[in-house]
Amino acid sequence: MKQLVKLSVATILVAGALAVQASTLSDVQSKGYVTCGVSKGLAGFSAADSSGTWTGVDVDVCRAVAAATLGDATKVKFVPLTAKERFTALQSGEIDMLSRNTTWTITRDASLGLNFAGVNYYDGQGFMVKSSLGVSSALDLGGAAVCIQAGTTTELNLADWGKQNGIDYQSVVSDTNSQTLTNYDSGRCDVLTTDASGLYSMRAASNDPSEHVVLPEIISKEPLGPVVRQGDDQWFNIVRWSLNAMITAEELGVTSATVDDVTNNPERERLMGRSGNTHEYVGLTPDWTYNIISQVGNYSESFERNIGINTPIGIARGVNALWTQGGILYSPPFR
Amino acid sequence: MKQKNILSQVKGLTFRELLYNNEARAFFFQVATFLLIAGLFYTIVGNLFDNIEARGIHTGFSFLKNRAGFDILPFLGNYLQDYTPESSNLTVFYVGLINTLIVAFIGIIVATFLGLFIGIARLSNNYLVAKLAGGYIELFRNIPVLLQIFFWYNIFINIFPHPKKSFSFFDIVFLNQRGLYLPKPILEDGILFVLIAFIVGIILTVFMKRYFNKKHDETGVYTRTLGYSTLLILGLPAVFFLLLGSPLHFDLAVLGKFNLKGGMQVVPEFIALTFALSVYTATYIAEAIRSGIEAVDKGQKEAAAAIGLTQTQSLKLIVLPQALRVAIPPTINQYLNLTKNSSLATAIGYPELMGAFGGTVLNQVGQAVEILGMAMLVYLFISLCISLLLNFVNNRMAIPER
Repeated sequence: MKQLVKLSVATILVAGALAVQASTLSDVQSKGYVTCGVSKGLAGFSAADSSGTWTGVDVDVCRAVAAATLGDATKVKFVPLTAKERFTALQSGEIDMLSRNTTWTITRDASLGLNFAGVNYYDGQGFMVKSSLGVSSALDLGGAAVCIQAGTTTELNLADWGKQNGIDYQSVVSDTNSQTLTNYDSGRCDVLTTDASGLYSMRAASNDPSEHVVLPEIISKEPLGPVVRQGDDQWFNIVRWSLNAMITAEELGVTSATVDDVTNNPERERLMGRSGNTHEYVGLTPDWTYNIISQVGNYSESFERNIGINTPIGIARGVNALWTQGGILYSPPFR
Repeated sequence: MKQKNILSQVKGLTFRELLYNNEARAFFFQVATFLLIAGLFYTIVGNLFDNIEARGIHTGFSFLKNRAGFDILPFLGNYLQDYTPESSNLTVFYVGLINTLIVAFIGIIVATFLGLFIGIARLSNNYLVAKLAGGYIELFRNIPVLLQIFFWYNIFINIFPHPKKSFSFFDIVFLNQRGLYLPKPILEDGILFVLIAFIVGIILTVFMKRYFNKKHDETGVYTRTLGYSTLLILGLPAVFFLLLGSPLHFDLAVLGKFNLKGGMQVVPEFIALTFALSVYTATYIAEAIRSGIEAVDKGQKEAAAAIGLTQTQSLKLIVLPQALRVAIPPTINQYLNLTKNSSLATAIGYPELMGAFGGTVLNQVGQAVEILGMAMLVYLFISLCISLLLNFVNNRMAIPER
């Protein structure tokens, strides 16, 4: 009988504990690392090398958050997720944040219990075909078989676009990026469609990049950004402003090399936590932005290191340039 | 053994006596255990929905009415449901269900024949045949079925040619890396009469067969009926078909700009999945058949040989009917496994229930509990139906015990 009572009490306690949500920040600080959901391998955005080190612009957002909260950009545990798994992993608390070339849409933002913390890459959906097909416009693709990854906005855009332009196609859906690529390579389908950044990344990773052409049409808006769970505003602010710190640093000309040289510039001093008390508002130490810029670098450094024009991916800044330089990248002010 | 009514046993006992009464104690603990399990379940479900609510995730089944908005690989489900991206999420559910059922149906038929063949071959007196069958079983049974699905799929899309260089059989049937293209039957008015003639032909054949069997029993005169049967089953509809001016045409596939257009496309995802599942499940069915045959007493075969039956006759008339009694229950299990394993298709993008509905819709809508719950109920229902049907068959086949 006593055991029975003990058991019921334990059951109630466990069930109760499930209902209580701890603060993500204190959680991260007590376990000593940030758990970050990334892709299963998309060169330039999130990919692991042979020694297991993750790099990419999405990875750098995870690292920036780790630098801000723990003072060490290497304290990140990466969890590779498929497009289908990503939201469930975040909802269930398996990961602290998701930084996996994920498009910000109203449905995802408002009905999944998630919040998008900003945009770290403005993308759009494009098409890639083999040069040998001799196709120069996506409007010539009537009757083609299209390779596509399951569980993405890409699937929806393609259907809308096909309807609008009266283009009849056959969609061949795969679960993972690699199977999609295998299908395209083997000829199971004629066209590969995903975000243009992804196409450039896959083309760079192929044996002979000149065999593939990315068609000029961009058929959708795909703002990609980091995602957190709803209901923890402090954590949401940390992720949002870690990304903003990288963008603002570029705007103010602060790089990982010049991070100590902020004297006599009030804007730089505020950003670097030398003056003001903004760090208290997000619940971090004054050097949180210093740690981000010195360890990860500003937005431009991250971009040029991973996907810029001098990397095999070779993407120009385009719309992802700062608002002062003809792009639409814009961070609210640090004050 | 029947338990006595608990009330009649504890009637008139004092509280103290009740405390030490075995029956009363047993009853109390059973009720307590039941309440505990029910309470635990209630708490878990309640908690689940509280948490979902607290995290701002939308709940309920209204998403089923919403526009799906994405395309599905064209296969049987699409054709039967007239699926377009404008269809609802509920239609996606039906499309997935149909695609699951067709894999299970074809897979079970192929696996049964293959299993029967391999199972008999394994007991062959021919050394090579027996060893080959044994090797087949050991090879395919011991490789995870998911791996086999990937393997056959990637083999398929890599060894067959591009649509522009398809293997063509008289320009009627085409085979390339995008699938098998069969002529698509286009039905016209009057085809119903041909169908009726076909069914009438079958019914007449059954009656004829009965008549000649009776004659055989009474007079011992054996009549060959194959010719008559063919005439009735195929000839009768053929006459109607010609009389009605061929009310059936076939749409053949022709080469378009990228792909073959028209015809009936059997996608490689379906072929690879059904093939892999059949080949895998057949190994288990073969073993079930083998154990069934080995369970038939040796004397039965000797007796069959003694009365002059040939090997084939002995197998068909004496051994198999008895072997099946032993083989059916484990085979039922394999049918269930095949049906459940069909959900692995999501890995290669075949749009069955878990791929199209449990995958894409789940990702667009995000309501995991509702969607996975629906999928689970469907698999449960399909499995119970197969189980019920085959238990019925098993009861008919089993030796009546008295």
